[in-house]
Amino acid sequence: MTRSFRLWIYGALLLLAIVIPLVLHLSGNFYVVHVIALVGVYCILALGLNVTIGYTGLLDLGFMAFYAIGAYTGALLSIAGLSFWLILPVTIVVGGLARYLVGAPVLRLRGDYLAIVTLAFGEITRLVLNNYDELSNGPKGLPRVGEKIGAVNLFSFQFTEDIHFYYLILAFVLLGVFVSYRMEHSRLGRALVAIREDELAAELTGINVARVKMIAFVTSGAFGALAGAIYVHWIGFITPEAFTFWESVLLVSMLVVGGMGNISGVLLGVLILVGIPEVLRASLGSKFVDYRMLLFGAAMILVIIFRPQGIIPSRRRSRELKETGQETVQ
Amino acid sequence: MFIQQLINGLTLGSIYALFALGYTMVYGILLMINFAHSEIFMVGAYVGFWVLSALPFLFPQITPLYLLIVFVLAMVVTGALAAFMERTAYRPLRHAPRLAPLISAIGVSIFLQNIIMLTVGAESQPYPQTMQLEQMEFGGIRLNTLQIFIFVLAVSLMVILQLFITRTKLGKAMRAVAQNHIVSQLMGINTNTIIAVTFFIGGGLGGVAGVLNGLYYGSIKYNMGFLPGIKAFTAAVLGGIGNIKGAMIGGFILGVLEALAAGYISSEYKDVIAFVVLIFVLLFKPTGLFGEEVAEKI
Repeated sequence: MTRSFRLWIYGALLLLAIVIPLVLHLSGNFYVVHVIALVGVYCILALGLNVTIGYTGLLDLGFMAFYAIGAYTGALLSIAGLSFWLILPVTIVVGGLARYLVGAPVLRLRGDYLAIVTLAFGEITRLVLNNYDELSNGPKGLPRVGEKIGAVNLFSFQFTEDIHFYYLILAFVLLGVFVSYRMEHSRLGRALVAIREDELAAELTGINVARVKMIAFVTSGAFGALAGAIYVHWIGFITPEAFTFWESVLLVSMLVVGGMGNISGVLLGVLILVGIPEVLRASLGSKFVDYRMLLFGAAMILVIIFRPQGIIPSRRRSRELKETGQETVQ
Repeated sequence: MFIQQLINGLTLGSIYALFALGYTMVYGILLMINFAHSEIFMVGAYVGFWVLSALPFLFPQITPLYLLIVFVLAMVVTGALAAFMERTAYRPLRHAPRLAPLISAIGVSIFLQNIIMLTVGAESQPYPQTMQLEQMEFGGIRLNTLQIFIFVLAVSLMVILQLFITRTKLGKAMRAVAQNHIVSQLMGINTNTIIAVTFFIGGGLGGVAGVLNGLYYGSIKYNMGFLPGIKAFTAAVLGGIGNIKGAMIGGFILGVLEALAAGYISSEYKDVIAFVVLIFVLLFKPTGLFGEEVAEKI
């Protein structure tokens, strides 16, 4: 595929992403628009997680904690009366800072151990939100009775419908794609990939591994917090149950199914994994609707068995997999 | 109060330790975290539930044989399920990138949870209480027969496992495969069989832990495996993942810590304790209490 041909395809896909939800909205399919907007939120999250898992190869199983931190920070500030456009940068800073504090001790751990520690941090965050009533109102979530998450306004326009938020989310997805793309093709991005391939060799070529890992870790946390702040303004309430370990795991699955380290792959993975249960819900008769999660589990196993490198693998990464595939079991 | 919590902790720890063995054995041999092990635990609890509900129709008299049937059946079913899971969902991915089996395990987990949810419903079930509980009291410390039973059963299973691993030919083969797949293949060991056996044993022990959990807490649910699963995994890491004795001791330590935390700090935060312990162990001694230092391969 030539470069210009690919650009045409991306342009066409973007046009579809703009037009289809509008058509659906005008024809009254509000639920579908809602699901598509949700896909958008997961796209922001997945792009963020892709920076740590896809580029740097750090397995993070507690990413939803930073989504939660973003959502709760957004909710608390909004209840306090701040405007959405002021909340966004504040949340990004808070999310990045939280990520820095977690990352400082744990980033020196490797592989599976890092995965487990991030999992533990994710669960601690959820349990604290669930029990620290003064801050988070416990399992009942925010806002408390009598409080309200502020509306989002752009100049004099007020976001009220799902379709309004969809376009807001789409804008941030595009921003995320842009940031990811620039990162991937920069000196930093190549350093990240070098660390993923061989940390020791990367260090020997003069990369400051600890610093570069931290940059990746903080960047992805900022994405997560941003998604959280947008989500809570869109939905209008938040409970700790939205941030379980399963959510983190599903997000990782989206990356793996779509193709880690590849922006289109990541977006496709989100579309498939958020989309499949909804498509099954719509297409299976009411009798079979309960079976959708069962089919979803089975589909996950099948996809990974037949395409372990993901549907659209990262080109650099798939080359590497072919070369070293036999060594993974030692 | 201290001794009372210690007793509760040892009971809880027995369950965690049995459960942790499955994680540690699979990790030791395949270097993978078997996330679906928590569902094996849950299925074990349900097999026990069904057998316990069906048995009164077959044998009106409650005998020790009764419990033996329950545990043997739960063990065989969950062991076979774990081995089947390995064959279908993990073996095709043995040479795939490391994250692939993890995703497959998550798929298995979702699948099993939903099968059980669709068969029995999403509500929790009361567990049949067939044992006559005798409460004993020594100077203000309460203890019942179920707690003693759980502790004794768990410890004897662990002793049997330890003997199996160290004294039998199959156990020796398991240790060999854990050290090096290729060399053990050259020594004439069928690694696939050994891996299946490892899953069978680990799964069976997880199933027993599930039944004990049901008997102890008195109710079961389709998603009951998740939290104990993370804790059992913590126990395995605490003892040094891949180390069988470590998982047993790690299980007891974690159970006792959790019970003490529930007694002295707050029962709301008792689940946090497991994770805090996990983080501290990994930060200061990532190999766990009994893990061996493994030099990084370059």
